[in-house]
Amino acid sequence: MVVLDRLVRSRTAAALTSPHGVDHYLSRINPMWAAHEVRARVVDVRRETDTPGAPVATLTLRPTATWRGHRAGQYVQVGLDLPGSARRMTRCFSISSPASGAGEEIALTVRAHADGQVSKHLVDAAPGLLLHLSQAEGSFTLPVSPATPGIDPLLFITGGSGITPAMSMLRTLLRDGYDGRAGRPVTFLHHARSPEDQIYAAELARIAEDDNDVTVHLRHGDARFSELELRRLAPGFRDTDTWACGPAGMMELVRAAYGDSPRLRLEHFKPPATATGSAEGDLRFARSDRRVANSGASIFEQAEDAGLSPVFGCRMGICFSCTTRKAEGTVRNVLSGAESSLPDEDIQICVSAPAGDCVVDL
Amino acid sequence: MKPHLTPDQLDAFGAEMDALRRRVLDDLGEDDAAYIRGIVRRQQQLEVLGRALFYLPPAWPLAVAALSASKILENMEIGHNVMHGQYDWMGDPHLNSRIYEWDNVCPGEQWKYSHNYIHHTFTNVLGKDRDIGYGILRMDEDQEWHPYYLGNPVYALLLMVFFEWGVAMHDLEVENIVRGTRTMEDNKALHAGIMRKVRRQALKDYLLFPALTGPLFPLTLVGNATANLVRNVWAFNIIFCGHFPAGAETFSEEECEDESRGHWYYRQVLGSANISGGPLFHVMSGNLSHQIEHHLFPDLPAKRYPEIAPEVREICERYGIEYTTGPLRRQLASVARKICRLALPDRSPKPSGGQEAVRPLAA
Repeated sequence: MVVLDRLVRSRTAAALTSPHGVDHYLSRINPMWAAHEVRARVVDVRRETDTPGAPVATLTLRPTATWRGHRAGQYVQVGLDLPGSARRMTRCFSISSPASGAGEEIALTVRAHADGQVSKHLVDAAPGLLLHLSQAEGSFTLPVSPATPGIDPLLFITGGSGITPAMSMLRTLLRDGYDGRAGRPVTFLHHARSPEDQIYAAELARIAEDDNDVTVHLRHGDARFSELELRRLAPGFRDTDTWACGPAGMMELVRAAYGDSPRLRLEHFKPPATATGSAEGDLRFARSDRRVANSGASIFEQAEDAGLSPVFGCRMGICFSCTTRKAEGTVRNVLSGAESSLPDEDIQICVSAPAGDCVVDL
Repeated sequence: MKPHLTPDQLDAFGAEMDALRRRVLDDLGEDDAAYIRGIVRRQQQLEVLGRALFYLPPAWPLAVAALSASKILENMEIGHNVMHGQYDWMGDPHLNSRIYEWDNVCPGEQWKYSHNYIHHTFTNVLGKDRDIGYGILRMDEDQEWHPYYLGNPVYALLLMVFFEWGVAMHDLEVENIVRGTRTMEDNKALHAGIMRKVRRQALKDYLLFPALTGPLFPLTLVGNATANLVRNVWAFNIIFCGHFPAGAETFSEEECEDESRGHWYYRQVLGSANISGGPLFHVMSGNLSHQIEHHLFPDLPAKRYPEIAPEVREICERYGIEYTTGPLRRQLASVARKICRLALPDRSPKPSGGQEAVRPLAA
């Protein structure tokens, strides 16, 4: 097996199978065979909530042997071949299952957004569905080893689907800790829209009840966490290692409460943006950390005006030299007028103008 | 040459082309995906068949034929078109222009610069489009004659035989180094990329696959080289028939300064020539037999070109823009005549501004 494994990953195999690559031929024989790529088969789909318009489901995935495992809190890019459109859509989802080893099963907890083609399809997926994965990515992770007891407290503050990376960390602590304990004081604060919309309700109730060093506080609906309550539930929170993930409003509140404390780690998730008009909002160049007011011109021109020198070619939308990853926001194709709001999408910046706030990888 | 259309007419022409393009873009879907995946499957079958038949020495000609067909399909209908970004909309990394690396000694990254950007943006603009004669040949009357060009037919023959190597060295702009407008330093960065690709291609075709056939090593090696040669000859001929037969025009840099989108479309039609033929011929040419449609819409899936060709032709005829097309043998003869004719200095001095005199009689 090891020899075979070495062989299919070798440069010899790559040369022999070029230009399509080893993986292309392997997947022809069996979709679950891979040398480099990661694919996964959905083996179980379980409804978490039946919230009207935004149901949540947990999908258990069996990845190919190429999956290198993940650290609790990381996310994975999921590519889904949407039936009927021939387009593969790729989105990021946090992994909700505890830290995994190479080739081990993982779970994703997905909320179906009203205009999220991928999320809607995943929540209603049937076992057997094949997905294209990346390796685990992201640095919103737990640096402590769960197996070693410590005294430093940990704090998780999450809202809505933002619970998933924190849940992966909590599950990892309880799984790997001695005698089912987290091994250090853990405070877990979570807000959901309603009790019916509470993900992992039964599991959280059990965790709250058990003698495991974990304190769980759930809030629903209008009962939101405030700074005052944060002080009461987690005294000295500014000096506590904290992981926060949730909707924008909650994140702002948390950020304000923590000031410039280095203990706070934030993870944003990116729902498809809605367009706000043609020349409004800010255009942010993520890699160079610059922000300009959107002038309505093409992203390429605005980048040049900001003193950046993006790669370019024809400047008229035919040569694809300037293709750049748009992290979030809506862009309008100046040739066709078509708008696109998908996160993490490759766009031709010479013929794309931002419509409202927009973040590009330049 | 000067456009015989007014700027307003050019804008109207451009708007019609834009509308046609948008209609096809809106219609992209499963058929296009199924088509390209089907072509990939067919190409892989041919390649596996070709490589396997080398184990049967009597089937050697068949093996070479299958491998040649596979290489032609891969370079023309798959590699060229995928690297144009024609299938980027599918979101499949395997068919993505930024990832795909074709079976050719020219590194995709460099080819995309010289082809997608330079050639497709400045199509047939003298002094800018380096695909006019590839910096080696004299393919246009407006290229000044020099005794060097007496060898025009010989250079063309050599370029045909070693076409993929010519394409790989295209970006080094050797002619500009000779002219002194480019230094060897400028090429340093490109050398590593070319050498890496050359090593990979040579490893595959001239070492690994021959070695896998054991004692038949020399036969397989010669077979692989022959398949590469066949692909070179075919690709050269299709491509030269796309821009250089009589009827295809060249432009000066001044004419194209601040040009409108309409003028750009206009230039693409006049700078290209189609080759008529059957469906199999179109597939094997990567649909570059529809060079005009390809140059108008380089990022639309190539299988759409034959579909929209009648409409493109109708629009061009309505605006009185010449739409050059002809069967392969006629276009080939026309290109060959041109290569030979331009080896010699022009017989009569060109009348100033007389475009009719420059326009050849054929086509």
